Amino acid sequence: MSFDWPTALPLIFAGLMGLAILIYVILDGFDLGIGILFAAAEDAEQDTMIAAIGPFWDANETWLVLAVGLLLVAFPLAHGVILTALYIPVFVLLLGLILRGVAFDFRAKVPAGRKHRWNRIFFLGSLIASLAQGYMLGVYVLGLDVGLGGMAFGVLVAFCLAAAYAAMGAAWVIYKTEGELQKKAVRWLRTTLVLTALGMAAVSLATPFASPRIFDKWFVWPEMLYLSPLPILSALLFLWLWRQTFHLPKPDDRHSLTPFLTLAAIFALGFAGLAWSFYPFVVPDRLTIWQAASAPESLAIILAGTVVVLPIIIFYSFYAYRVFGGKATDLTYD
Amino acid sequence: MDPLILSRIQFGANISFHILFPTITIALGWVLLFFKLRYNATNDSAWMRAYFTWVKVFALSFAMGVVSGVTMSFQFGTNWPGYMEKVGNIAGPLLAYEILTAFFLEAAFLGIMLFGFRRVSNRIHTLATVLVAGGTTVSAFWIIALNSWMQTPAGFEMRDGVAHAVDWWAIIFNPSMPYRLTHMLLASGLTVSFLIAGLSALRYLTGDRSESMWKALRTGVFTAAILIPIQIFAGDQHGLNTLEHQPQKIAAMEANWNTGPNVPLVLFALPDEAAKENKFEIAIPDGASLVLRHSTSGVVPGLNDYPGNHPPVFPVFWGFRVMVGTGILMLLVSWSAAFFLKRRHSLPKPLAMLMVPMALSGWLATLAGWYTTEIGRQPWLVTGVLKTADAVGPVAGSHVALTLATYLVLYVLLLIAYLGVLVHLALKAAKDGDSSPLPGVMNAAMSQPAAGE
Repeated sequence: MSFDWPTALPLIFAGLMGLAILIYVILDGFDLGIGILFAAAEDAEQDTMIAAIGPFWDANETWLVLAVGLLLVAFPLAHGVILTALYIPVFVLLLGLILRGVAFDFRAKVPAGRKHRWNRIFFLGSLIASLAQGYMLGVYVLGLDVGLGGMAFGVLVAFCLAAAYAAMGAAWVIYKTEGELQKKAVRWLRTTLVLTALGMAAVSLATPFASPRIFDKWFVWPEMLYLSPLPILSALLFLWLWRQTFHLPKPDDRHSLTPFLTLAAIFALGFAGLAWSFYPFVVPDRLTIWQAASAPESLAIILAGTVVVLPIIIFYSFYAYRVFGGKATDLTYD
Repeated sequence: MDPLILSRIQFGANISFHILFPTITIALGWVLLFFKLRYNATNDSAWMRAYFTWVKVFALSFAMGVVSGVTMSFQFGTNWPGYMEKVGNIAGPLLAYEILTAFFLEAAFLGIMLFGFRRVSNRIHTLATVLVAGGTTVSAFWIIALNSWMQTPAGFEMRDGVAHAVDWWAIIFNPSMPYRLTHMLLASGLTVSFLIAGLSALRYLTGDRSESMWKALRTGVFTAAILIPIQIFAGDQHGLNTLEHQPQKIAAMEANWNTGPNVPLVLFALPDEAAKENKFEIAIPDGASLVLRHSTSGVVPGLNDYPGNHPPVFPVFWGFRVMVGTGILMLLVSWSAAFFLKRRHSLPKPLAMLMVPMALSGWLATLAGWYTTEIGRQPWLVTGVLKTADAVGPVAGSHVALTLATYLVLYVLLLIAYLGVLVHLALKAAKDGDSSPLPGVMNAAMSQPAAGE
């Protein structure tokens, strides 16, 4: 079998873009989640929570730039179609990200009296960005349909994703803190898990009705059989993690990273399900990844750089996380 | 309202807001490295105090740059889908390399640079500073390469109405690229040196005579005094390059309506595009011919050669004059300040008071220069390949107007907050003087957001 580059390259880039989005959602997911949980935290706790994400958030948000960048450079036609259709939600997302990002730095540098204001802005920015991402996902799943039903579905996904991000945030706080705050985070995790599960169930039930195309992709024999591990495994992980919240934190802080990893696995499974629902379209029902792709020679030159640089990025991201490993309080009052 | 002009204003507003912060971080990264290396070499803690004060400015500027940069990456799709459809094969890889090689380098090592002083060895911390500074510069390299390609496209061919790359070397090192990159990197250096000099002058005026203030002040003033003549030379070379490749831009910059010899250098005028003449003109006879052709009888291109294919004259003419005027003021201020620092080891109060507002002179000159070159590219988005009007997306004017208004309000508020924090940080550093906690024994990490400072 000969290797057909013009066919393979768009596929490779779709995979890379998916990977970048998944990493973004997991990494910035906990940043945004911690922002949402700000509403439920005391002043001193907020400082510790910020310390838990301070060294990472810049790099985490960069994965979004990479994902959008890959969409832009590898699938320019799709980039135009998707972003003009989602004009207002994208704007709201950017507004949220701007407010969240600047509040991060301003809250630490303004005179003490103004800190509260920036804490509130940090919370609002995180919440707005999460909701906007969820709404965009929902509308995108429906093929960018912006009818009233599509909007309602978008709102549903928005709340589901915000709850899921909050759960990620709580799981990260469990990993990075100790004492009262950690216990509090376990309770947050329990609540947000329930909300996330309810949201995911609602979305799963609504999707086949909202989109006959996706329904057809899932509920045909024998695909149903091959795909069944995705929802079943997700549900089991959810249940297991929920039970775990009654036993955390454990002595000697064992398994403090487990909730986060479990949630990351659930995200990855959900993401795989989504990817299956879309394939081979990059704009649902309109553009396939081959129709939307750039010229093969341009993709090739990007790929050459990517295969060299991406492993390096992943390597030094691990290094950065290792340098700032351990409990977040270390960062402040060593 | 017309989505085209609204989209242009919106893109202009977003990128103007964005460029303010990379302009600072590109050069400030290297200045921080300089502070760090001086500290490594001398063990003088005043260098580290200067580092700690300015690393906070760096962190804040970087955050502002990241969030406004994310906005930019979405803007291409939301407002200008025609751009990537037509030249995506060229612009795509350049943007991709910017994100891959530079953006991640900065973002990942920024954490270590900002919060890692107590967590990694001094050597690794210095290395992180090098990588962040290098990352910002590489980032500028790719972005300028793309922008220059839009000004002076090369190394491509059109197939079925879409640009395809033929020679990547020619694309990256297109005719205007080396000039624009040099001009921009120097602009960044000047912006940062005037910012440091200006805020240090503010500390000076409040009575701060600490070692860290002196070190920052001298660094700012001397760097500015060295860079400004180089910048004037580089700018002149860039202008000659533009004359060769984009003569219609030069014609608009000089408000020269008719091609011919003995063209005067217009110092002041109100160009009137309808009447094709300058009102209230004050000019030096033969000046433009002399500057551009090095001969009084040199022929300078005029707008009459480019009917309907030249940029709007008024903004290009004035943008250029604001940039040059600011540059001359920078020369005067930095050289007199350097003289007083070198000979008298003090600053006269009026000069210090002038230096404080001059802290933002780099921003003014950079924006004016970018307006000159970008408006000077009109009506083309990519010279000779794609017109701006053909790239705009099918978005309702009301949507663009609404988002534009919100962006503008947000940007004004953020700028006020940003400048407020800069002044606050300077005054705080002035109050602490040399008694601020030493970095080596400081408990809170340097720009650690946890401390309620």
